[in-house]
Amino acid sequence: MSTDHHKESFWTKYIFSTDHKIIGIQYGITSLVWLLFGFTLMMIMRYQLAYPESPVPFIGSLLGDGGILPSEMYNSLGAMHGTIMIFLGVVPLAFGAFGNYFVPLQIGAIDMAFPKLNAASYWMYFMGSVVMAIGFFVPGGAANSGWTSYPPLADVATMGQTVWLWGMVLLITSSLLGSVNILVTVIQLRTEGMTWMKLPIFVWTQFITAFLLLLAFPPLEAAGVLQLMDRLAGTSFFMPSGLVVSGEVLTNAGGGSPLLWQHLFWFLAHPEVYVLILPAFGIITEIIANNTRKPIWGYKALVYAMIFLGFMSFIVWAHHMYITGMGTTIGAFFQTTTMIISIPSVVILTALLLSLWGGSIRFNTPMLFALGFIPMFGIGGLTGLPLGLAASDIHLHDTYYVIGHFHYVVAPGTIFALFAGIYYWFPKMTGKKTNETLGKLHFFFSFIFMNGVFMPMFVQGLAGVSRRLWDGGEIYAHAADVLYLNEVMSVSAWLLGLAQIFFIVNMIVSLRGKKTAEVNPWDATTIEWTDTTSPPLGHGNFETVPSVYRGPYEYSVPGADKDFTPQSEKG
Amino acid sequence: MNQTLAAGKSFGTATTGKLAMWLFLVMDALTFITILIGGIALRNAAPSWPQADVILNVPLTAFNTFLLICTSFTMVMALNGVQRNDQKSLVKYLGLTILGGVVFLGIQVYEYYHFIAGNESLGAALSASGFSGDKFLPSTGMYGAVFYTTTSFHGLHVLSGVIYLFVIFLQAKNGIYGSDNFDRVEIAGLFWHFVDLIWILVFTIIYLL
Repeated sequence: MSTDHHKESFWTKYIFSTDHKIIGIQYGITSLVWLLFGFTLMMIMRYQLAYPESPVPFIGSLLGDGGILPSEMYNSLGAMHGTIMIFLGVVPLAFGAFGNYFVPLQIGAIDMAFPKLNAASYWMYFMGSVVMAIGFFVPGGAANSGWTSYPPLADVATMGQTVWLWGMVLLITSSLLGSVNILVTVIQLRTEGMTWMKLPIFVWTQFITAFLLLLAFPPLEAAGVLQLMDRLAGTSFFMPSGLVVSGEVLTNAGGGSPLLWQHLFWFLAHPEVYVLILPAFGIITEIIANNTRKPIWGYKALVYAMIFLGFMSFIVWAHHMYITGMGTTIGAFFQTTTMIISIPSVVILTALLLSLWGGSIRFNTPMLFALGFIPMFGIGGLTGLPLGLAASDIHLHDTYYVIGHFHYVVAPGTIFALFAGIYYWFPKMTGKKTNETLGKLHFFFSFIFMNGVFMPMFVQGLAGVSRRLWDGGEIYAHAADVLYLNEVMSVSAWLLGLAQIFFIVNMIVSLRGKKTAEVNPWDATTIEWTDTTSPPLGHGNFETVPSVYRGPYEYSVPGADKDFTPQSEKG
Repeated sequence: MNQTLAAGKSFGTATTGKLAMWLFLVMDALTFITILIGGIALRNAAPSWPQADVILNVPLTAFNTFLLICTSFTMVMALNGVQRNDQKSLVKYLGLTILGGVVFLGIQVYEYYHFIAGNESLGAALSASGFSGDKFLPSTGMYGAVFYTTTSFHGLHVLSGVIYLFVIFLQAKNGIYGSDNFDRVEIAGLFWHFVDLIWILVFTIIYLL
């Protein structure tokens, strides 16, 4: 392949590439940098929460006001932490990086269906992330109305909100282009013999995720346009009449509906939750099947549960809005759908758990993260049930309990799955092996400190501590008994930050190291391992495109001469 | 877009590119539906709503609607031309489609200018509908907000469509399309018909109801 190819310069090969693998790595590196940045914002906020109104060490001089984190900036950091972690970190890593790199490889395609469109969606994402970063430098600082940007607060907020909206428009456009590309790729470019029921679960999850993005983002895009009109053209879509801000009556026309934003926003943002978790399920499934050396339990049940989950995720959004004064009939509808959507989640988790039964489990780093994922996601899911019922939600709404709940789903849930995926596929992407000792240290410290950060949040939340308090609840009498937990959580968060050094060092050392990985170091069955080199060929992926003859998880087939039978093996 | 990857692949009778365009249109349709339904919901919640023909120039926009429907027809003729390998007819009808789109945009700009500059008769119409001033702006009540957001969002689609078709037009002039290669013309046509179809909804909801 490379012999008949003219020599490419660094720029065309690594920067303006249309190769899905390079684009996947670009997504990966950019999103990991943003994850670290978003986490740093939170570590700064946690200092203010643990030691209210004392100067922040190291970076205090950047914050002004004697090194104390100002309350307006605290709001900015909170809003941007949410935005960055979700839209610039986890989704681009799970869907942009892993989806781009491994969907074509797992289905036996030589690239995505539209390579240029693929590059365009990465650069759209990159520009969106630059716009988000610019927000920190405009007057009044970055967006400070929460990642949910509820109006009328967001409508009258400082300029950062406008920058945030422009950034979101770019990020949404990028996601939409990416999802069209993944959908068409999976529909059209599966290799010979790769029928729908022979697809690896990872490809299924990316496919369903792409559908969710395609159908859920348009309402948010429209809502973003309406909020931009409110802020720039003087309309009042989300502005009620006679609004008083800082003692002054606003002169806008009024008559708008702040609730309309909440509906449009959550119509996106609930499916978005499943956008965050589905690729994680996919990665975990691959790793569990591989490291238990047996077929995944209930392949079809998993597929149907995921499709059902995707469908249901569009009719549960108003469970985020119980305290907006909705009628009991509507409330009953959304409580019912919310209880129903927990069924496919339980099916998926059960299938993963049962897959462990009777397996000869290999406890390598990816598997440890996968095993960590299961109980952590379980806690995250189960603590969501009280939030899905209006009676208990009214007490828990907007408390730290909610923060604990969704962080258990996303942080030790999805992010553990993403780490697992990185350790699992690192040999394929780079041709190098990662260091197992550093990987295991990374896992165990992360596991302990993740729980140290998020478990106390349930306690604080049940005590009624609100989620957006600058002083962490110091002036509230009802928070007095649980206030000491702030320090526990903050110290855990900083130690969690330190634990990530194991990961960063591991990546650098392994990349520079001499330990090269074989083509198929994990003895896996899917074709990205068995039919191409590590890393795969520049353009084209496969020497000869493989045909597929069997299901994706044929491990320990009775009578076979080895304990894995590749998908591309005849007979 | 890389044609080699898509070679020989089809979903039913749709090529890879056409499938992608259909998926894009699903998402675009949802965006429009959100804006239209949002507008209807806000209108229902409003204490009063002006009658459509008091402020807006319905006959002029009716002509614009007719014009846009005509461009859907010329687009079909362009596709028909290329399918018969009739290069002249392809270029002619693509040109007419683009012209129609440009005139549509021109009339929309004229309409906006008329509203934003303001005059006495507009002022009278506005006060009859319960608004003050003699300019009709996005900030003129929920009515102005819904009108400007919906029509300008559609106008941006027409503008994109005109640019898109212009690229196809230049390629067609160079003779790259023929009876064995018209997929991209057809895909551009899908987008253009979609924009026309949405306009029928916008016209009905904003100008007639």
